[in-house]
Amino acid sequence: MAFDVVGKRTVRKDAVAKVTGRAKYADDFFERDMLVGKVLRSPYAHAIVKNIDTSAAKALPGVEAVITHEDLPRLKYATAGHPWSLDPNHRDVADRLMLTDKARFVGDGIAAVVAVDTLTAEKALKLIKVEYEVLPFVLDPEKAIEPGAPVIHEERPDNVLGASNEEIGDIKEDFSKADRIFEGIYETSIVQHCHLEIQTAYAYVDSDSRIVIVSSTQIPHIARRIVGQALGIPWGNIRVIKPYLGGGFGNKQDVIVEPLTAAMSLAVKGRPVRYALTREECFIDTRTRHAMKFYMKTAVTKEGKMLSLHMRPVSNNGAYASHGHTIVMSAGGKFRLLYDFNSIKYEPKTVYTNLPSAGAMRAYGCPQIFFALESHIEDITREMKMDPIEFRKQNLISVGKMDPHSEIVVRTFGLPECIEKGKQLIKWDEKLKKYKEQKGTKRRGLGMACFSYASGTYPHGFEIAGVRIIMNQDGSVQLQVGATEIGQGSDTVLSQIAAEVLGLPYDMVHIVSQQDTDITPFDLGAYASRQTFVSGAAVKKAAEEAKGKALEIAARRTGLSIDALDIKSARIIEKKSGNEICTLEDIAMESYYDLVNAAPIDGNASVNMRTNAMAYGVTFAEVEVDMETGRIEVVEIYNVHDSGVIINPLLAEGQVHGGVSMSLGYALSEQMLFDPGTGRPLNNNFLDYKLQTIMDTPEIGSAFVQIPEPEGSVGQKSLGENTTISPAPAVRNAVLNATGIAINKLPMTPQKVFEEIKKAGLL
Amino acid sequence: MFDIVNIEKPDSLETALKMLSHNPDLKIIAGGTDLLIKMHNGTLENAALLSLRKIPGMDEIRCLDDGTITIGAMATFAGIFRSSIINEHLPVLSEAAVSVGGPQIRNAATIGGNICNGAVSADSAATLLAYDAELRILGTEGARTVPIREFYAGPGKVNLKPAEILTHVVIHKTGYSNTSGCYIKYSNRKAMDIAMLGVSVVCKAEEGRFSDVRIALGVAAPVPIRCGEAEDYAKGKEISYETMKEIGIYAVKASKARDSWRASKAYREHLIEILVFRALKEAVIRGGGVHIGEL
Ligand SMILES: Cc1cc2nc3c(=O)[nH]c(=O)nc-3n(C[C@H](O)[C@H](O)[C@H](O)COP(=O)(O)OP(=O)(O)OC[C@H]3O[C@@H](n4cnc5c(N)ncnc54)[C@H](O)[C@@H]3O)c2cc1C
Repeated sequence: MAFDVVGKRTVRKDAVAKVTGRAKYADDFFERDMLVGKVLRSPYAHAIVKNIDTSAAKALPGVEAVITHEDLPRLKYATAGHPWSLDPNHRDVADRLMLTDKARFVGDGIAAVVAVDTLTAEKALKLIKVEYEVLPFVLDPEKAIEPGAPVIHEERPDNVLGASNEEIGDIKEDFSKADRIFEGIYETSIVQHCHLEIQTAYAYVDSDSRIVIVSSTQIPHIARRIVGQALGIPWGNIRVIKPYLGGGFGNKQDVIVEPLTAAMSLAVKGRPVRYALTREECFIDTRTRHAMKFYMKTAVTKEGKMLSLHMRPVSNNGAYASHGHTIVMSAGGKFRLLYDFNSIKYEPKTVYTNLPSAGAMRAYGCPQIFFALESHIEDITREMKMDPIEFRKQNLISVGKMDPHSEIVVRTFGLPECIEKGKQLIKWDEKLKKYKEQKGTKRRGLGMACFSYASGTYPHGFEIAGVRIIMNQDGSVQLQVGATEIGQGSDTVLSQIAAEVLGLPYDMVHIVSQQDTDITPFDLGAYASRQTFVSGAAVKKAAEEAKGKALEIAARRTGLSIDALDIKSARIIEKKSGNEICTLEDIAMESYYDLVNAAPIDGNASVNMRTNAMAYGVTFAEVEVDMETGRIEVVEIYNVHDSGVIINPLLAEGQVHGGVSMSLGYALSEQMLFDPGTGRPLNNNFLDYKLQTIMDTPEIGSAFVQIPEPEGSVGQKSLGENTTISPAPAVRNAVLNATGIAINKLPMTPQKVFEEIKKAGLL
Repeated sequence: MFDIVNIEKPDSLETALKMLSHNPDLKIIAGGTDLLIKMHNGTLENAALLSLRKIPGMDEIRCLDDGTITIGAMATFAGIFRSSIINEHLPVLSEAAVSVGGPQIRNAATIGGNICNGAVSADSAATLLAYDAELRILGTEGARTVPIREFYAGPGKVNLKPAEILTHVVIHKTGYSNTSGCYIKYSNRKAMDIAMLGVSVVCKAEEGRFSDVRIALGVAAPVPIRCGEAEDYAKGKEISYETMKEIGIYAVKASKARDSWRASKAYREHLIEILVFRALKEAVIRGGGVHIGEL
């Protein structure tokens, strides 16, 4: 397919607005007499709130309201940003109150103050007296499921939020046929998204007596529903507006501050109240990435064919359900379409603990599962003295493979080509030879890791997208999408698709970046790497509708049939000759002002996407390990992706840069730490939480294997989350190659590596 | 929003001292990069501040006729690592200065604030110790000079009386002439991080032997320290791989490393040994001339 706009390195729609500061974020909006909300948080990991005395806080001048659980509706709600399900068995677990009467982690919200400014609010918080009955707590999920462990939610006395047991094929039989059986345990740690813009919202009651919430959210339509459920008010009485957003990575695919912000405004009779978290609060009372521990057992033939896999993940969910068990289940569905196992048994368990709640984070469980899988496979190839790449290649699935549970079919499979490309980029064979016999203090090594990922949530989730296109008098269009731009670039690629279909130059597509649930077509928002694939389909449909209307007018004018006409560069042309008939502007003017036939051109589409497309990729990494200090330096790293047609290479490379750097932090330095004696966070700030800086980030290489996906509206598949899945295991495998040391727990901090080097007797 | 009730901006040291002695609650603010963190954390409330910014000349870096170098307390780390005087005579301080935070922090953070804040991780501290720096302190009763070795009183505590201002850091010619050195900041990140260990080495060599070795460590004890035993051991020793390795081992003796969630005692002690060796080796290479086998 030849494209005019798709596939081009067009400049982001929001680039100029963002670098000049013209782009407005939630905190850039002001209302007259805006008040400030602040929350009092539990100092205990697990405690019953016996009594709260707010009288002194209320008496402080400048304090407008103090609220506790007693002032709020006692409606437990689910915070996960999933579409609502008409099937009660398919809903998220509703276990949260806006303010609690039982603290389940250090930082759980107990009371809220609304005051004239932040300092007054903070002073008032100190005046609130809370009497707690302190309870024993548990941080380790494997301890939490032992009999007699502290019960975190009365509704689930065993602390198990979810447990599954899925079997495909017959693992017993395959294990009995195996020549070799390998076992391994792999662990990841709790990390956070670290979006630049922290959760922030403000709410007020408008002239129509409805609640308006301006929020930094990925999911305005879903947020509206959840606010309605939390407050017990009709959903139509709520309006959510989402302006420019400074990053979300899944942490804003959850409804965290909006319900309480609305409740704060209601507590002061609808006056505007801003509730913005600090970074310290963001670390503890938003969401984290689930730490998971994987017990792996694999059956292999002596030729190196993987017959069967038995995987048992234990997922540490923290105090409240949020996305809960869905994460480990979703990841379990995605890895099955990579290697061609005869049989798989998947037994995940998601467990409540007295820690901050885990939720959605870029790639939704896959950075965990692929760390385990790709480390485990590497260990198998070493044990069997087989080439790690050849071993993987002979076990890959092929086109046509279908997952028996989800019934997702692989229609395009570019992974083998990705692997070849990556091998060449990093000069695999040449370097491996060179690094064979190293003895010095600094040792180099190479590693790689593969992954598979889906495009959206179908069939587990429901995938609806809405788009409206309105053509202006000059032939340009406004594009309104329900999909949210959160920095990932969806406004840009959706504009490219619209321009492509409509035959318009890119700059004649004006994207309406702000979503407003009163106005914006219904769409679920930004998550699951769904926008380009799912919302892209809706854009194409709406654009085709608008284009059809324009051509209809042109046909009426010329007497030619619609099929004989096309739009190119905002001109109506005769397809065959390519001759220009008139400008699109002529047609648009006629659509507005023709005395008889006037009907402005538009397109409206709602697409319910009932298909999915598997995307693939691989990371190749080269590391240098300082054998004395244990420090790992990533020297070179490449991600090669099979994401179908790349709509904008510039943005695709940007996704790779961001995803890889996020994964390098996860691999090497990031982890949230808690005091085992109290459950208190030790490093909920950017000094002590070691998010990598640009100085720590190597140059990141990217490449794409572009096989058009038949189900993608222009051949595309997912990419955004994919980029952050395979770097960590690739780095881990490179360290193994360099040193002979297998590190099975993330992050691979210098101290940890030093300890392993020492244990191995290499120091 | 910071909890600041008032800020004074005197334009001379005399006025500043007067204000400080009248109001003992006044807190000196220089670049504010430590102080604002304390306000953010709530450890400093209702702050009444006295800024040194309007006092002229407090950021000057000078080389006096006798070779003494004076660094104004308000000199920023950006100013220090760009100063030709510092780069020519105190290159290790320049190396320490440029390791601080990131560009924005270095533009605001002062050397005076770094020292007076008393943090054991202060990046300038180890190097100033290694250069045998002195601190000039002005109070209502006049000026006094304290060797930086005697300035640190405990974790986050320095020997500064209420109405006293640090005006200069002074380094005598004997402290730096004919030396070479190296600062290694060991931290998790390459920028925007505090040291897990800071090692500063300044040494002099004569005819293939160490004539003077000064080794200072940050984050190896409750306060920045010098490694006396290692220095004594090094004196007069032949410059070789073995002696430098040995000096690294001796350096650990001065430390009082502890286990903490940031790093274990074992790892810290190991780092001291390795990094003192590496800093020393680098210092010798920078000193030039000496050929040392395996290095
Ligand atoms: C993001 C960030 C990164 C940082 N990175 C580093 C780093 O890498 N390395 C490092 O060492 N530090 C680092 N710091 C800490 C801080 O920047 C330094 O310690 C800095 O040198 C403090 O200087 P200041 O001028 O900002 O001090 P201020 O905050 O103004 O003052 C600090 C203390 O010293 C007192 N004081 C200041 N000047 C005088 C004076 N002349 N006389 C008497 N008392 C005085 C003040 O009363 C206060 O108690 C970092 C801080 C931040 C926020």
